[in-house]
Amino acid sequence: MASHIAQAAHGPEGHGHDPNLQHHFYSMEQQLEASTLGMWVFLVTEIMFFGGMFMAYILYRVLYPEAWVLGSHHLNVTLGALNTGVLICSSLTMALAVRSAQVSSRKGQIVNLILTILFGCTFLVVKYFEYKEKFEHHLVPGPHFDMSLPQAAQQQLFFSLYFMLTGIHAAHMIVGIVLMLVILAMAIRGRFSASYYTPVEISGLYWHFVDIVWIFLFPLLYLLGAHLAAHGG
Amino acid sequence: MSAHIVTPVRTYVFIFVTLLILTGVTYLAAIHDFGALHTPIALAIALAKASLVVIYFMGVRYNTPLTKVVVVAGFFWLFILFGLTLNDYLTRGWLGVPGR
Repeated sequence: MASHIAQAAHGPEGHGHDPNLQHHFYSMEQQLEASTLGMWVFLVTEIMFFGGMFMAYILYRVLYPEAWVLGSHHLNVTLGALNTGVLICSSLTMALAVRSAQVSSRKGQIVNLILTILFGCTFLVVKYFEYKEKFEHHLVPGPHFDMSLPQAAQQQLFFSLYFMLTGIHAAHMIVGIVLMLVILAMAIRGRFSASYYTPVEISGLYWHFVDIVWIFLFPLLYLLGAHLAAHGG
Repeated sequence: MSAHIVTPVRTYVFIFVTLLILTGVTYLAAIHDFGALHTPIALAIALAKASLVVIYFMGVRYNTPLTKVVVVAGFFWLFILFGLTLNDYLTRGWLGVPGR
């Protein structure tokens, strides 16, 4: 025990032992680097997870290009663009929340985390209205799908992928919001400062990743038929 | 220990505004008919936006070389998935197979 204290006292900090430093790490810096690397390894598995669905999207789009344009035409571009903006705003407040932790601003963390959560909720509310519209227009794959549409079977495939991709993305948003609530509670209790902000940092990585998925979903799902609409096609 | 670099708020706001402008560009590019280039242009803009988020918002530029390799490898493997799958599906009709 005595040797442990002596070792900590002569650690890389040169003074004392940060209570947030877990004993299997050499320094706070190494601890943050290891956590960041670990989070990225998890995010790579997430890239591959969404990648499989994007692959299905690409393949069926190559096989049924007209159905994809027709299906895309049913999506609400305004709401999709609005949600893109909302997510970009949430990414800014997330980055600022991490920065606030880095400069030990408790108030900055709380304000920015609350804003991030609110933007996340806004996204989900907009998504709810979009889904509702799809149900009303019989565009949800299944027995109630409007089979009078041109290339209905192929369009149904487009909507299957639309609901799968956006649904799993929305599920990630919900997980992200819960994660931010936990981080917010920790921030309120003053758990983070310039010397220790690893949980804020790696939760932020997750949040930005979910934003990146949407950055690709928006043009790939919503904008395929936009040039036809603009030219009265 | 004080080695971690704090990015100025100005940089984050600049990236934020750039991302919003690129979203506008995505829309303008989509309503314009580029023919076969329609999707490549949309993907190029999306890739630029994603890169800005990864490099600045996620702070990969300050991460260790090992983390950078993991990030690049993740996207590289994604392109292997897309590339080899399409390589299969898009070339199936190229050669006539007797008896099929």
